[in-house]
Amino acid sequence: MGENGAGKTTLMNILYGLYKPDEGRIFVRGHEVRIRGPRDAMKLGIGMVHQHFKLVPTLTVAENVALGLEETGFFLPTKKIEKAIEEAARRYGLDIDPDAKIWQLSVGERQRVEILKALMRDARVLILDEPTTVLTPGEKEELFRILRKLADEGRGIVFITHKLDEVFRIADRVTVLRKGRVVASGVPTSETTPRELAKLMVGREVGYKLAKRPKEPGEVVLKVEDLFAMDDRGTMVVKGVSFEVRRGEVFGIAGVAGNGQKELVEAIVGLRKPEKGRVVIDSHDVTGRSPAEVLGLGVAFIPEDRARYGIVPDLSVAENLVLKAYRYPPFSKGMFLDVDYIRKWSEELVAEYRITTPSIDTPAGSLSGGNIQRLILARELSTTPRLIIASHPTYGLDVAATEQVRALLLKHRDEGAGVLLISEDLDELLELSDRIAVMRDGRIVGIMDASEADVEEIGVLMSGAS
Amino acid sequence: MFLPITVRVEKRLEIPPWLRLAVPVCSFLVALALASAVFAFQGLNPLAIYGTTFSRIIGTRIGLSFLVVKAIPLLLCAVGLVMAFRAQVWNIGAEGQLLLGAVAAAGLALFVMPEAPSAVLIPAMFLAGFLAGAAWALVPAVLKAKLNVNEVITTLMMNYIAAKLVEYLIYGPWRGKATWGFPFTDLIPGNAVLPTVPGTGIHYPTLMLALLSSGAVFVLMEKTKLGYEVKVFGGNPELAKAVGMRPAKIIIACMLVSGGLAGLAGVGELAGVHKRLMYPESISAGYGYTAIIVAWLARLNPLACVLTALLMGGLLAAGETMRTSFSIPYASVNVFNGLILLCVVAGEVMLRYKVKLVVRRSVGHEA
Repeated sequence: MGENGAGKTTLMNILYGLYKPDEGRIFVRGHEVRIRGPRDAMKLGIGMVHQHFKLVPTLTVAENVALGLEETGFFLPTKKIEKAIEEAARRYGLDIDPDAKIWQLSVGERQRVEILKALMRDARVLILDEPTTVLTPGEKEELFRILRKLADEGRGIVFITHKLDEVFRIADRVTVLRKGRVVASGVPTSETTPRELAKLMVGREVGYKLAKRPKEPGEVVLKVEDLFAMDDRGTMVVKGVSFEVRRGEVFGIAGVAGNGQKELVEAIVGLRKPEKGRVVIDSHDVTGRSPAEVLGLGVAFIPEDRARYGIVPDLSVAENLVLKAYRYPPFSKGMFLDVDYIRKWSEELVAEYRITTPSIDTPAGSLSGGNIQRLILARELSTTPRLIIASHPTYGLDVAATEQVRALLLKHRDEGAGVLLISEDLDELLELSDRIAVMRDGRIVGIMDASEADVEEIGVLMSGAS
Repeated sequence: MFLPITVRVEKRLEIPPWLRLAVPVCSFLVALALASAVFAFQGLNPLAIYGTTFSRIIGTRIGLSFLVVKAIPLLLCAVGLVMAFRAQVWNIGAEGQLLLGAVAAAGLALFVMPEAPSAVLIPAMFLAGFLAGAAWALVPAVLKAKLNVNEVITTLMMNYIAAKLVEYLIYGPWRGKATWGFPFTDLIPGNAVLPTVPGTGIHYPTLMLALLSSGAVFVLMEKTKLGYEVKVFGGNPELAKAVGMRPAKIIIACMLVSGGLAGLAGVGELAGVHKRLMYPESISAGYGYTAIIVAWLARLNPLACVLTALLMGGLLAAGETMRTSFSIPYASVNVFNGLILLCVVAGEVMLRYKVKLVVRRSVGHEA
């Protein structure tokens, strides 16, 4: 375990042959090996589930699994695979349609394909890079059961995470990385404590609970009425959702990925046309309006898919920061941008939001995940929005960045913004939300006050086990 | 394993400015070394060839003039392409847009206002050329913006239509009276001919327009809202739409500028070089296509296009000189040009990565 930028993924990429080590040696079952690429790694029985999915969006699930598998034939490459997928899916409880195209899947579903891919390769050592980030509690339990089973079969599991509870749930031994160095090596989890690990990881004591001021809700800022929306495949996945978000409140939506949350958010911000229903922001009916019109009303949008809707990777940090503001003075006058003003303002934002970057001219795409999210937050929140729509805002972030993001959301809530928070992290929802709605199968199946909610009850609603 | 030194390849986060110049220059030298082998194999002395070619191009007025005359249309087309390519709009149609510029200029000079004084006629020709090139580009632009028709296909096809249009004009209605049966138009009147730098073929009004356009597109890309939108749209079209940019406007604007600048190049070729409309492949020796390479070599930077256009003009001139002075076969000249481009493109890797020699820290378990 370790924070973002601690070197976990880099280290694992070396084991998987994606990067070459400068120094040092790797031993597999007692023999020194040189791993020149993933093919070598696979031959040695090393499998990896990446944090950022290595999938071809335009191909189907079966085709993606078939890629690079030995038994894939030249003709009808997915013929044998589909059966195997269904078999594996049944065995491991990874519910997935082999014929679905990757681009049509939610982030959570894509992750399942990645896990499936590695499992299908029958790896002796399985590396999982933060595999649970997008899984629901139910799916997580399922994954842990599988991992336990694989470990009992004699396989080694390298489980990368920055979540303490997961370490204690699943790991026998834990190694902590900080800034590229091992600060604790192979410590049996029975001989350590969460607080001790957190301290090792961050290098300082962390405050676990954010101070949340009591709720002072104002007027309704977002009203969603009987909203219906379809997914990319044309299936109705949002089926009559209604709720209100008030100023000064965090309204959380819990749910398993793929239950319509993504489409709900896209329908609200105008990235997807609703089939039916109304979306009202303040007193403006924005149903079916363009994203520009919706965001122009003072809406901050922190998207689930940061690469797609978050940044322009080739453009500089400064150019990415000004993305929403460039049209208005003082950032531009007439047809010209005020480049000097934009640079000065960008420097200030970089400092204020603690974005770690060589300079404001660095391409945004070369920043780490946490810093990309800081950049998005800086852009979205610097304009003092009245409504913030945040989808999985701390997904994949380290402890420090997560803390910062959560504190920012609460700060804006206290200043009177309404916050719609979509997350799969129940701790996060409970910590930040004033009210929590649970979404399942395209419907809101329950809304409760966060103060009265508990994890079990939400879990039951999410899974539909009641 | 035995030397305490190891080679390390790292990705650069930032590219130091001096490197942007140093890398292409080194690549160029590597290419000359490789090409030496080709020439030596044919029993020629590569150093003599390089020396003579270089001194004939850089050292003589005719050589320099030849180089610059080639660079003018390349620069105009490339600068326009930079703008389109930054928006990920793949305009392959500069060739056709250039021809339309030439057609417009010829029409104006021969038929519309042949009597007008130079001070009126020449600006009018450039204006008409710009508009004609832009109009030619507008067709694929609108098709892409409104119907999402792939612009690579449409712009390419428009080139053939443009070439056929020129042929129709020179064989048909515009065929001249004093051309001894050749399919040419008559020469344009003297007041329509562009002035040149004395003793050279450099038609300086076009050169000045080319340099001006390179600066103007730079300002457009770096200092204006439109340029910013072009870059955002090119880098992430979905995000551009999400923040309210209008793709149709961006696509059309880029194509109009791109086509218009190619049209200006066509005016220059017609009124500065050939002085009559003739075979399409004589009007443009593939400048619209070569400009694609010029734009990419410049890393889609409009100012850098000045250098790369001159480089490419130099290569074209060098090939010509080698052929005439050393009777080097055409194929070898192409090999030479190809090697240079290949090396310069391959050298790009050195811009993005740095190679370091590092002393290995002594590690306990190593022998």
